[in-house]
Amino acid sequence: MSGPIDLYDVGMREREAQGNARCRVMCCNSTACLSSGAAATREALDKAVEDNGLTDSVQVVPTGCMGWCSEGPLVRVKPAGEDTALYAQVDAQQATDIIQHHLTDDGNQGDRQPAPDVKTLSEDHPFFSRQQRIVLANMGEIDPERLEDYVAHGGYTALEKVLQTMQPADVVQEILASGLRGRGGGGYPTGKKWAMLHAAQADTKYVIANGDEGDPGAYMDRTIMEDDPNNVIEGMTIAAYATGANKGYIYVRAEYPMAVQRLENAIRIAKRNKLLGRSVLGTDFAFDIEVRIGAGAFVCGEETALMASIEGKRGSPMLRPPYPVERGLWGKPSMINNVESYANVAAIIRHGADWFSSIGTENSKGTKVFALAGELNNTGLIEVPMGISLREIIEDMGDGVAGEHDFKAAQTGGPSGGCIPAAHLDTSMDYESLQALGSIMGSGGLIVMNETSSMPEVAKFFMEFCMDESCGKCLPCRAGTVQMHQLLEKICEGKARPSDLVQLESLCDMVAATSLCGLGQSAPNPIVSTLRYFRSEYEDLLMGTSARAVWVAPASQQNAGEGAR
Amino acid sequence: MLIYIARQLKLPPSRVYGVATFYHLFSFTPKGEHTCTVCMGTACFVKGAGDILDAVAARYDVQPGGSTEDGKLSLNSARCVGSCGLAPVLILDGAVLGKETTETAFTALEAVLSAQQAGQEVNT
Repeated sequence: MSGPIDLYDVGMREREAQGNARCRVMCCNSTACLSSGAAATREALDKAVEDNGLTDSVQVVPTGCMGWCSEGPLVRVKPAGEDTALYAQVDAQQATDIIQHHLTDDGNQGDRQPAPDVKTLSEDHPFFSRQQRIVLANMGEIDPERLEDYVAHGGYTALEKVLQTMQPADVVQEILASGLRGRGGGGYPTGKKWAMLHAAQADTKYVIANGDEGDPGAYMDRTIMEDDPNNVIEGMTIAAYATGANKGYIYVRAEYPMAVQRLENAIRIAKRNKLLGRSVLGTDFAFDIEVRIGAGAFVCGEETALMASIEGKRGSPMLRPPYPVERGLWGKPSMINNVESYANVAAIIRHGADWFSSIGTENSKGTKVFALAGELNNTGLIEVPMGISLREIIEDMGDGVAGEHDFKAAQTGGPSGGCIPAAHLDTSMDYESLQALGSIMGSGGLIVMNETSSMPEVAKFFMEFCMDESCGKCLPCRAGTVQMHQLLEKICEGKARPSDLVQLESLCDMVAATSLCGLGQSAPNPIVSTLRYFRSEYEDLLMGTSARAVWVAPASQQNAGEGAR
Repeated sequence: MLIYIARQLKLPPSRVYGVATFYHLFSFTPKGEHTCTVCMGTACFVKGAGDILDAVAARYDVQPGGSTEDGKLSLNSARCVGSCGLAPVLILDGAVLGKETTETAFTALEAVLSAQQAGQEVNT
């Protein structure tokens, strides 16, 4: 192909092809479902379609994450003019049955009832009905490896609109007006960042996507990069146009090989269709994206460390200012946004800033993707409007705590965040409310713990993580995390004195106040927040107190912290 | 290896060594034939991944981060592999296995290790 892609034409032809198909069978092909055996399910679907001579009329689509990961592999059958059926835990045999049932004459063709003997999920379940999908809109609908499918669902029309009808300053203004805030955890207004890079004077500027999702328990960025890579590319390209950047980097952690592969594939196809390159969509705007792979260092999610890592150096953070927008990658003005932030951009441009800012709360606009995990009945990936209560997420969408246990705490924000106790279940999920509780929004990990989890053990687990991941550049973090971990070990073993707890608290203050980068500054958060709500658990473990009792953890909790070393 | 990289890039060896020791994915010990990685992210931790790691370590007499004496198996722990909906998670030679227990982990490990032995017998 020599000229740029004709989006209208490609989109229409693809929609036509999809509309003509008698049935679209979507098979979740994301990491979670693949580890539950989705590859075999898909093979069986393909084979059943072929065996029944349906290859012309039935499309089997390997899609991205449908969200309800604990019920995988998921298969969604969408016959033309009929209700959609969503099947859960589909194995190869059941996949064959589903095709038989829905599409061959042996089965009840035209029957609106779902196939028997296969577990079905209702799309009216709060797990789905409470969601509002902007970032995840295409998940489970499109084949992430095909550009045509993305275009058929409105893809790249935002880029086209921006290039043809908007000045860069207008785009910055639109993002500012939308109220979008950084989805990586900090919550800094995205538009402000864009405006600063837009104003910076330099011959070369960089836009960078932070896909170094290091928080244990968070996997929304992974899913976005794997299952809708074009959305990230489109968002970054719009950002580059708005800010005058000519080169982009997507920094992905090495633990996500499939994300790397799908991004690179999408970039290659985008280049071939002139959606990236020297002349984007036939205009004189030039932009290129490269994927950079991390090598396993949590601190590289910090923006200055991330840039050092892209440059091939040790990922040690630098003192700010100068901020990246003043002196960033290779000394040039640079802007770093989280993958999820970029994934919101195209939708904002398509539907307008007013639409976006009508969702969410006063200071937190739009939606947030959360990774629901831990001791819940339903786990998976959800996208909800900001301001939804934690109770709704846990009790309605998650169907409550699994087994015969009670809710104890929800952990948000990973090793930089904190625990929210049952008393605060009605908290609104937005940046400010979570901060007021001593936790943070973070990247969106939401891990639920029941009463068998010991809070000092949890704090110790996170401190061990921070201790391992401290880059060692500044003393408060390098030595402070080790000291805090030792004190926590002493407490958990029941050998600590009340004075140790006092020392732990003063260390928390010191490390938070004096560390160089966000890793150290937020490392004490898990201790501070568990002390705030579960202080008695610490005190019960102290020597010389009347209530002395060593924490008797259920078998699954013992030694868990020690094993991680 | 490090010296070679330093020469080619015209950098002091200390800089190369610094980068190599900084990142987790560069290792100075040889890897075993099979790699078993137990995810120790928060969700897996809460669901008891520590037990699995300890049990595997004890059964095969291998320390996390090390390899067995015969070089057959390396045992690692990971920070989070992003499959938290399926916690606890185990990665065996690149394949992600979800909702694991100590028993299923042993079964999977045995399958991989014995397949290897059977293959060798055929070869000899």
